[in-house]
Amino acid sequence: MSDASLTPRRIPDRLHSPAARLLGSWELLLLVVAVAIFIANSLASPYFLNAWNLSDATFNFTEKAMIAFAMALLIIAGEIDLSVASIIALASTAMGAAASVGVGTPGLIVVGLATGLACGAFNGALVTRLGLPSIVVTIGTMSLFRGISFIVLGDGAYRDYPSDFAYFGQGYVFWVISFEFVLFAVLAVIYYVLLHRTNFGRTVYAIGNNATAAQFSGIRVARVKFILFLLTGLMSGVAAICLTSRLGSTRPSIGMGWELEVVTMVVLGGVSILGGAGSIPGVVIAAFVMGLVTFGLGLLNVPGIVMSIFIGLMLIGVIALPRLWKMWRK
Amino acid sequence: MKLTRRLFGGAAMAAALMAGSVATAQEDTVRIALVVKALGIGFFEAAAKGAEEAAAELGNVEVIYTGPTDTTAEGQIEVINALIAQQVDAIAVSANDTDALVPVLKKAMQRGITVISWDSGVAAEGRELHLNPSSNPLIGNMIIKLAADELPEGGKVAVLSATTTSTNQNTWIAEMNKVMGNYEGIEVVGTVYGDDLADKSYREATGLMQTYPDLDAIIAPTSVGIVAAARAVEDAGKVGQVNVTGLGLPSEMAGAIESGASKSFAIWNPIDLGYSATMLAYQLATDAAEAAPGAEIPMGRMGTLTLDENTEGAMADPFVYDASNINDFKDIF
Repeated sequence: MSDASLTPRRIPDRLHSPAARLLGSWELLLLVVAVAIFIANSLASPYFLNAWNLSDATFNFTEKAMIAFAMALLIIAGEIDLSVASIIALASTAMGAAASVGVGTPGLIVVGLATGLACGAFNGALVTRLGLPSIVVTIGTMSLFRGISFIVLGDGAYRDYPSDFAYFGQGYVFWVISFEFVLFAVLAVIYYVLLHRTNFGRTVYAIGNNATAAQFSGIRVARVKFILFLLTGLMSGVAAICLTSRLGSTRPSIGMGWELEVVTMVVLGGVSILGGAGSIPGVVIAAFVMGLVTFGLGLLNVPGIVMSIFIGLMLIGVIALPRLWKMWRK
Repeated sequence: MKLTRRLFGGAAMAAALMAGSVATAQEDTVRIALVVKALGIGFFEAAAKGAEEAAAELGNVEVIYTGPTDTTAEGQIEVINALIAQQVDAIAVSANDTDALVPVLKKAMQRGITVISWDSGVAAEGRELHLNPSSNPLIGNMIIKLAADELPEGGKVAVLSATTTSTNQNTWIAEMNKVMGNYEGIEVVGTVYGDDLADKSYREATGLMQTYPDLDAIIAPTSVGIVAAARAVEDAGKVGQVNVTGLGLPSEMAGAIESGASKSFAIWNPIDLGYSATMLAYQLATDAAEAAPGAEIPMGRMGTLTLDENTEGAMADPFVYDASNINDFKDIF
């Protein structure tokens, strides 16, 4: 970079200098972790390096990652949505109800996406219009949305989905490349462009770094935040379509506990939980890391609780590491 | 780049070597995965013990005991995907969701894996057979038999059920009424509903003893009701006069057996269940038997399983727990 005064002012994606970004970048660190896990898995289990098995493994994270992209933007802007898993439940229930009265696959997609958008709009309105803290609002709607599903379904289930609806969660585009994986990749590119290559993406960082300053520099903070809640709701709707299609049925407990896994994925991907920093490539790699770890440990028949401990330690590790690094350098 | 390629090459080679060694070990070992609703539940730990017992008896069986951390269908699907990847020979699953597991289990069957469900079933198209711990007629008969065995002279019994709409309890009581003719002198004086709430069940049981002062037994075919009824009998000072029986969990009923409020009660034995599931999975995986309606499949010391038109079968009578064996089971579930 030459004289700073001649280049346009830019707000950095991360809070470090470009040189530090290159060497100590989060994405590089994560990538190394991902490769290490890949190699460790290959060594530990003879079943790991198999195209079909790896394809099956992608289902462990694709749906969660779709939500994680939108959640990353939301968290970068300093907000959070803990109701995403409940939106999945409500959207899935709405689709199941529609399917049971004979709505076809295109109609079900519309119902799923519309439910997601409506839930996102509800969250967004409460946060931006009434100025309520998003964590409180979405803890409330987390119970509300899933509660509605429980009222509608009780201990019953919707299972009469049209047979072509199964494509979204069980179909393959080409050989072992599943529809879900393609969708995941396409969405990753879309969100990459949105966050890193558009004005909208810039405003998201600006809001996350200092919402008041952003407001005074002419950014319509409330509107951007509202759009981010809409996007998160929409992506939860997309995930609901995929998951419902994969399971072929809906119960009110669908996707239970996923909100924390999505947030884990985002934070592991290097998005600052305080807002203002993070990137989509980081989230993509974090999705692979989580998927590879759970699948690899699954191949070794490691009990789920050990897996949770492992993920937890990994999360604490990657969050603590930069802090420790800074302390050590001082 | 060179380094990574070398690393990958090494990994692939090591994997190939290991695959070779595993393949040879695999030829004579039948790997059966026992997939449970969630790990860390006493009932399923006991089932795993039974599975190991079956494996020891069969000799060439390796049991993989696994399951998700919490009782979700999504968690079980991840576990089953990992098992499919390992090309296990059989999967025996106690399902968290009747329907949601069907697609992944169908995939398992397409790849040549034997799939059965036990305890909590999967819809028929997602498994080859389902093993019920017991059957409604066997349970209906057992609960009245337990009461009658303590009343050789005949006597008055009352039923403390769950809710008026509880399908299980209503079916069992209906089955019990069908066989009442076999138990002469036993009279069912009334049925009350405790809604599977401890306090309401307690009040209803107390009410029964007040309404029928000469009551001899309370039959509670619900694990909540039976504990509440036993406590009501203890509190009313009627231990020895009113015998509480029905269906309960050993861990919760140990106190009632000790105090004498309950002479005996029944529930399925998870050890037998895990044992039978493993035996059945082995029979199907080795093509020694085929799961078709009407088929009779041997399951070692538990006899044979007869499949009905839905390829479901009932393992045995509910297992009876009393002072002689309660201490062996109270820590299990």
